[in-house]
Amino acid sequence: MLYTLCFLLFLIGMYGVTCKKNIVKMILGFLIMEYSVNLFLILLGWRKQGIAPVIEDSIGPDMLITKSVDPLPQEMVLISITIGLGILCLMVAIAIRLYQKYGTFDITEMNKLKH
Amino acid sequence: MIETLIGMFIVFMIIGAIIALETTDLLSAVISIGAIGVAVSICFLLVGAPDIASTQLVVEVLTIIILIKATIRHDLVTIEGDREFFGLTVTIALLFILFVYGVKAFSSLPKFGAPAISEFQGAASNRYLYSGFEETGSKNILTSIIFDYRGIDAFAQLCVLFAGIWGAFAIMRVQSRKRKKKG
Repeated sequence: MLYTLCFLLFLIGMYGVTCKKNIVKMILGFLIMEYSVNLFLILLGWRKQGIAPVIEDSIGPDMLITKSVDPLPQEMVLISITIGLGILCLMVAIAIRLYQKYGTFDITEMNKLKH
Repeated sequence: MIETLIGMFIVFMIIGAIIALETTDLLSAVISIGAIGVAVSICFLLVGAPDIASTQLVVEVLTIIILIKATIRHDLVTIEGDREFFGLTVTIALLFILFVYGVKAFSSLPKFGAPAISEFQGAASNRYLYSGFEETGSKNILTSIIFDYRGIDAFAQLCVLFAGIWGAFAIMRVQSRKRKKKG
């Protein structure tokens, strides 16, 4: 059920990327897709009554192996979030340059090679 | 209990996403994206990932700053309407087909609350959890994975981050660098 909701969020983001005219809206759709994929990967590693993978005084390694959530997707998502910021910088830079060149964010008017 | 809570947050995020994509004001769209990001962060906190939640919160603030920087001076013309009708219909139909087949594919995944590491004892995560503290000396297993077990992986991914920001600088540079004259 939760996976289906995540997938619905992903598809809304994809709708934004494919069907919107405004280039900023396309960037927002990309961000929504990114959020939904990150959340989905984290949800895959959830264990019932799970705890964070951190060793404390009362929690040793042998207790962690039966109770902790999966740390591997968390590692992937942590770096994926950081890279998402870099990709966002690149997309926004391209959008601002296109605005300076064409004077609009509307991608249907960016169909000329010369301007 | 926690499943219902996360479900409510995801429904909130879906509503926020629809508002962000359908509103005509770009600034409200960006703020809706911020609301979605905070909801994602709370979900991460609920499912036992506090490191991810704090990172997500910090990155979210930076995202909003970058997007507002991009939109606030250029929000002169509001662009309304979608693309032409035929393409829109075909795209929505394709997305619907994707949704139907995707939901079918989810039945092969492990169920929510029973991850793969609880079934397969030889999974890599089990080894990291069991001997991570002994081998690397870090009490947080996530730190030991990022900096030790998968350090080269993390390094390569951060190179991608560096390349992205470098590309952004190269695109945004207005004047090309002039060579110094000799003599």
